[in-house]
Amino acid sequence: MSEGVALYPYLVLGALLFTCGVICMATKRNAIGVLIGVELVLNGSNINFVAFSQYNPDFQVEGMIFALFVIVMAAGEAAVALAIVLNFYNNHSTVDVDSAEELKG
Amino acid sequence: MFDAEMFMFWLIASLTGLCAIATVITQNIVRSATWLLFTLAGTSSIFFLLGADFVGAIQLLIYVGGTMVLVVFGVMLTAQGPFVNMRTSGAEWAISIVAGLMLLGVLCFGLTSFQKLPTGEALAKANEAHSKQRKANDPKTSTHASTIGQALSGVGYGPIYKRMPPLLPTKDAKGNLVTLPGAPRETERIHYLLPFEIVSVHLLVVLIGAAYLARAKRRRGGKA
Repeated sequence: MSEGVALYPYLVLGALLFTCGVICMATKRNAIGVLIGVELVLNGSNINFVAFSQYNPDFQVEGMIFALFVIVMAAGEAAVALAIVLNFYNNHSTVDVDSAEELKG
Repeated sequence: MFDAEMFMFWLIASLTGLCAIATVITQNIVRSATWLLFTLAGTSSIFFLLGADFVGAIQLLIYVGGTMVLVVFGVMLTAQGPFVNMRTSGAEWAISIVAGLMLLGVLCFGLTSFQKLPTGEALAKANEAHSKQRKANDPKTSTHASTIGQALSGVGYGPIYKRMPPLLPTKDAKGNLVTLPGAPRETERIHYLLPFEIVSVHLLVVLIGAAYLARAKRRRGGKA
């Protein structure tokens, strides 16, 4: 009978995906690259939710349901963000986030 | 001793992590989206490995099937050429890598410091709970999908919980004022019907909003 993997490596994987997403959001100048970073962050949090749902019996169903809600929210967020990016591209003919400065104070 | 689950975990986890890092490093947005696709598929394999088969299937369907198509369409509709490069300067890379490594260090330090490793009796109890959980994750006996369906449809799952009424100030025999809980009145099961309904309305609003935002632009003063 194998002991399986401990909880800790899953959490480290989630933290790695989260960090990659944050760096992606910070460094990409393409608006869609920023969106890809957000997806990475949400995936890191989802790995945490599902890992805790396996390793904490009191949290089994909740972890999976929260992960499902996060997936649905990510789908809606991607749809709206891409609509905004398309609109921005229609107005500015670029998706460089540095050129979005009308609201700069 | 060779442990198949351990081997699969380290294989999938290292592949997923490398794909995530490649997503960040590559400057080409099309390649970045492709690496993201592999990262999402790796995440769903992690879910399968954890025994959350339903969540893994939904991850494949919605993320890999739906969101990735959206992202690729966005890339195609906004690219000036087939391969767009928006370079990040070297100094920005250095700053972001240092900041990212510091963030990763803080997160991992937080993980190790909050997780007190159990010993003795607590360790035995944790191992027992884990093996019971692994047995429950056996596909032959797994009830995850039906449990999730019950929880989302409002039927509820798990034991019947007694809702305790708020603490009421009462006077005891000597006349002192004490707060005592009243008798439990209601019984209910845990369910997530309200969040489920809110999410469905949210998706409808997202549908309308995205269609409104991305509609064909009508030039002012020109023809439609």
